[in-house]
Amino acid sequence: MAVGAELVRLEHVTCAYGAAPVLVDVDLTITDRQFSGIVGPSGSGKTTLLRTLLGTVRPVSGSLQRRPGLQVGYVPQVEAVNWSFPVTVGECVLMARTRGRILPWRSKAEQGEVGDILDRLGIGDLAGRHIRELSGGQQQRVFIARALLGRPQLLLMDEPTSGVDVRTRHEVIHLLEDLHRDGLAIVLTTHDLNGMAAHLPHLVCLNTEVIGQGSPRQVLTPEVLERTYGARMEVLEHAGMPIVLDTYTSSDNVVPLRRQAGGGTAGA
Amino acid sequence: MIDELLRPFDFEFFRNGLIVATFAGALCGMVGVYVVLKGMSYIGHGLSHAIFGGFAASALLGVNFALGAGAWGVASALMINGVTRRRVIGADAAIGVITTASFALGLALFALFGRRGGSFDAALFGSILGVSRSDVWATIAITALVALVVFFGYRQLLFTTFDPEVAEASGVRTARVDAVLMLVLATSILATMQVLGVTLIAATLVIPATVARMLTNSFSRMLWLATGIGAVTGFVGMNVSYHLDVQSGPTIVLVGACLFAAVFAATGTRGLRRTAGLDKHPGDAPHPVPAP
Repeated sequence: MAVGAELVRLEHVTCAYGAAPVLVDVDLTITDRQFSGIVGPSGSGKTTLLRTLLGTVRPVSGSLQRRPGLQVGYVPQVEAVNWSFPVTVGECVLMARTRGRILPWRSKAEQGEVGDILDRLGIGDLAGRHIRELSGGQQQRVFIARALLGRPQLLLMDEPTSGVDVRTRHEVIHLLEDLHRDGLAIVLTTHDLNGMAAHLPHLVCLNTEVIGQGSPRQVLTPEVLERTYGARMEVLEHAGMPIVLDTYTSSDNVVPLRRQAGGGTAGA
Repeated sequence: MIDELLRPFDFEFFRNGLIVATFAGALCGMVGVYVVLKGMSYIGHGLSHAIFGGFAASALLGVNFALGAGAWGVASALMINGVTRRRVIGADAAIGVITTASFALGLALFALFGRRGGSFDAALFGSILGVSRSDVWATIAITALVALVVFFGYRQLLFTTFDPEVAEASGVRTARVDAVLMLVLATSILATMQVLGVTLIAATLVIPATVARMLTNSFSRMLWLATGIGAVTGFVGMNVSYHLDVQSGPTIVLVGACLFAAVFAATGTRGLRRTAGLDKHPGDAPHPVPAP
């Protein structure tokens, strides 16, 4: 991966909620046009790392340097969105134009900008729809549109493919690849090692501290994965891409469910 | 029939009460949109009870009601806002402690020193008797002031209500916006306490906003609708109150409840779906607090 100009640099960063450290001694540099995924088990600090990059969580120690004037866009996890909130797609996207604006209605220029960005993301005809009346992929695009309206150089996304079907996941990946090609740096978190992480050019394996970072082939190895997840995993290769297999084996005390010869499952 | 309906307009106390109830209804409807969408209905309820403590103290000390209860309300609102943002203990528990303690203090002061000054029942359930010209102008002025805050703070309030974390990251000063909203809420409760009473204010905050939500999916339309519904409810409720000889507070709330039932019946599951999960807001999700 070509090394671009630095956007954000974390050096020996530790973050904590109260006394409990969530991130410890993290070194990470995000460069221009970088496309990275942060992987790790639940509670490993992925979202905290994202929020540290965003600037809403302050490190307890270590240093965080952001390029002066850096614009960062943030796309929250869909589970964190209140889908009952009475807001249309257009109203939601326009929220990016809040700071320093005192008139409630959108100007002609803003209307044009919102229209352009929605058209670019293929949801131009949905501006008047309520955000709940959209498919999973369209909902993701709305929040990406809101982030893009702020003209960011860095886009942060929390679990963009969490809880979506395969087709939506492909839509999201293609969209992000397009945005990356257009020059946007993207950092996202994901639990999906095979469907998402393996497709990204750069990964960070995190479990409170950075266990490893590099290309999927460099970090999706049994050793790094075991240190990251605390569980043994096998890694195969398919079409030049690593495939992670969960090689769960039961302990003597656990009776596994077993597929019977006639189909279906039954307790052994 | 028409003469009978228009008869109360001959009395100045009724005209004053009607104007106050209509503006107070609009005010509560407007502020209620944010209260409902932020899942703050309990705060609205609690704050109205907290202000009762200030009402009792100002009545006993002979201090101007607006100043005494107002200062008390603002202090309670800022305390509640601080507790809610910090999330050190459960917000509901903290609000319960602050507001019920203040309400209990009001009751204790009345019990110990008698009901000097303000009317105890009027403070609890509302009354149009004694609504003066100056009360009318004060209510109109507060409604206009709050409308200006909502107008010029529309975008900040919307973003902070919908998505506080991203709003903060986008440069919106959400702590300040939340504090302003709490002050607006305290001022609105103060302005409407005389007509509605502390025990019923929460309903006038919640019902118009909930009815409006059942009717629209757009935030701006919800804001207009809730304001209009609140005003109509106040106007109709005051008239019904006079003709049935029932206190104004309960009547206004019952008119609102009837409207809610009618819209609920008309919109059916569509309305239900829109209001389902209104109490869920981003603040409910586990949300990290920056370490000190």
